[in-house]
Amino acid sequence: MANMFAFAESRGGELRSVALEAVTAARQAADASGGGEVHALLIGAPGIGAHAERLGSYGADVVIVVEHAGLARQSAEVSAATAAERIRGGGYRAAFFSASAEGRDVAPRVAAALGVAMASDVTGFEVQGDAIVARHPVYTGKAIATLRLTGTPAVLSLRPGAVTAAEAARAGRVEPANPAIDPGAARVRVTDIVDRGSATFDLGEAPVIVAGGRGLKAAENFKLVEDLAAAFGNAAVGATRAVTDDGWRPATDQIGQTGRLVSPTLYVAVGISGAIQHLAGMRTAKTIVAINRDKDAPIFKIADYGIVGDLFEIVPRLTEEVRKAKAR
Amino acid sequence: MKIAVCIKRVPDTEMRFTIAGDGKSIDTAGLKYDLSDFDGYAVEVGLQLAEKQGGEVVVVSLGPDAVQETLRKALSMGAASAVQLKADTIPADGFAIAQALAADLKDGGYDLILFGRVATDSGSGTVGPMVAQLLGLPCVTSISQLSIEGGKGTARRELEGVTEVLEFPLPAVLTIDEGIARARLPALKGIMAAKKKPLEVRPAQLGEVRLTVEKLALPAERAGGRILGEGADTVPELVRLLQNEAKVL
Repeated sequence: MANMFAFAESRGGELRSVALEAVTAARQAADASGGGEVHALLIGAPGIGAHAERLGSYGADVVIVVEHAGLARQSAEVSAATAAERIRGGGYRAAFFSASAEGRDVAPRVAAALGVAMASDVTGFEVQGDAIVARHPVYTGKAIATLRLTGTPAVLSLRPGAVTAAEAARAGRVEPANPAIDPGAARVRVTDIVDRGSATFDLGEAPVIVAGGRGLKAAENFKLVEDLAAAFGNAAVGATRAVTDDGWRPATDQIGQTGRLVSPTLYVAVGISGAIQHLAGMRTAKTIVAINRDKDAPIFKIADYGIVGDLFEIVPRLTEEVRKAKAR
Repeated sequence: MKIAVCIKRVPDTEMRFTIAGDGKSIDTAGLKYDLSDFDGYAVEVGLQLAEKQGGEVVVVSLGPDAVQETLRKALSMGAASAVQLKADTIPADGFAIAQALAADLKDGGYDLILFGRVATDSGSGTVGPMVAQLLGLPCVTSISQLSIEGGKGTARRELEGVTEVLEFPLPAVLTIDEGIARARLPALKGIMAAKKKPLEVRPAQLGEVRLTVEKLALPAERAGGRILGEGADTVPELVRLLQNEAKVL
């Protein structure tokens, strides 16, 4: 029996979906160890504690609520110090973070503050006696490493979407706490947060990704890709490196070895030939659809479903059919 | 300004991998190695800052003597000197590596310590923020824009759907993302000059290794390769399969 810690990520006062995934993972680990408690840390501006009940319904026995007026914007420095302090005193077997932008920022600092090793971007794990065994894609997804973590606590960051959040009603008892350092004294200050507008759904977390390549011929033709994404309703828009290099799309949209590594449920590749550097970023998608003029394009070799032909005819038709299917 | 850039020698991931006989590592026969992509951007960012504001870039790499080749490449790009933290192998445990780097960087008098956002082999992205924590320095990760003026920095980093703008004091530890700068190609003159630049070798004071690779496997091959047909008239069939067969719509 061992207690587990989960970092419940939030932004702008809202709980992020990865918070529930971290709590679910901690719940699974606690149950696997014979039924320990899950303690979730929720940190933010006054009012953030309102989400404690939700964390309870996903398996948190205790929700440590840290509210401070200086935390309207998340501070990795404050979050890491507060999480480390709590984990140090809490006797946890493992601490679960998300491998989101914030989790990737916070978790390594926590591990270093505690003087322990961490497994990053984990896609699956098991508690095995004194060790935790975690799976993690390496070489840009071309191989999967099984890692053995010894020492307590083990720190893990979970690839968004790798753990499916599952309800498991627990008390979610609120335990108020203070930040470990005064947010006003943090050395790194977030001075602004700019909404990029494009993505309600982030590439790392969207269930569906519609991505475009050079086959679209011009930046303005990405409208076709955006329309298809909008028809799905739960899709993010991605691009190849060739496209981001040409400035058709921002660098943050790039999927591939030097961009984002994604594993959505559905990946629709539009006008993408399938360079190795691009495939490295999306080959772990559950279902891949490819639309390309060249029947010999490498993308078709890994696509579950391919259509050969003119994307300027095929994509608008697909948008229309998806819209109809969604309306049914 | 004195800038350290920590770099890693990694196999070219565009090549085909096979698993070695031990079942825990890749077969290195025939692999090509190079500076990790993001580390290349970090070297470039360091060089541009040093060129604009005066100062120098020191590149640091941990590993066996083979990393000297990678250090020489950074020297040929324009770094002033290099340090090899000598270790027989590069451990999988990022914290063990971070401890060795922190021990060496601690008294170096650096204004900035730069890392790539993530190494393309281990895919962990933990060593940079761990070094910051060990040195007690401010840290900003995954930077896509950076300006340094009067002992202060401003950076932008991309989060899911939003961009954060941050301010921080120097000295600081930063990790560099795609989109900020493309690594320059070494010119012949730089390659010649690099041969005469100092490359110091010191033993790596690695921490205890508590993260090991137990098994390495290739991902399941995708069955793929099914072309449904040609043209827009195939679309209804595709939608039907997405709904009934793949069950993703």
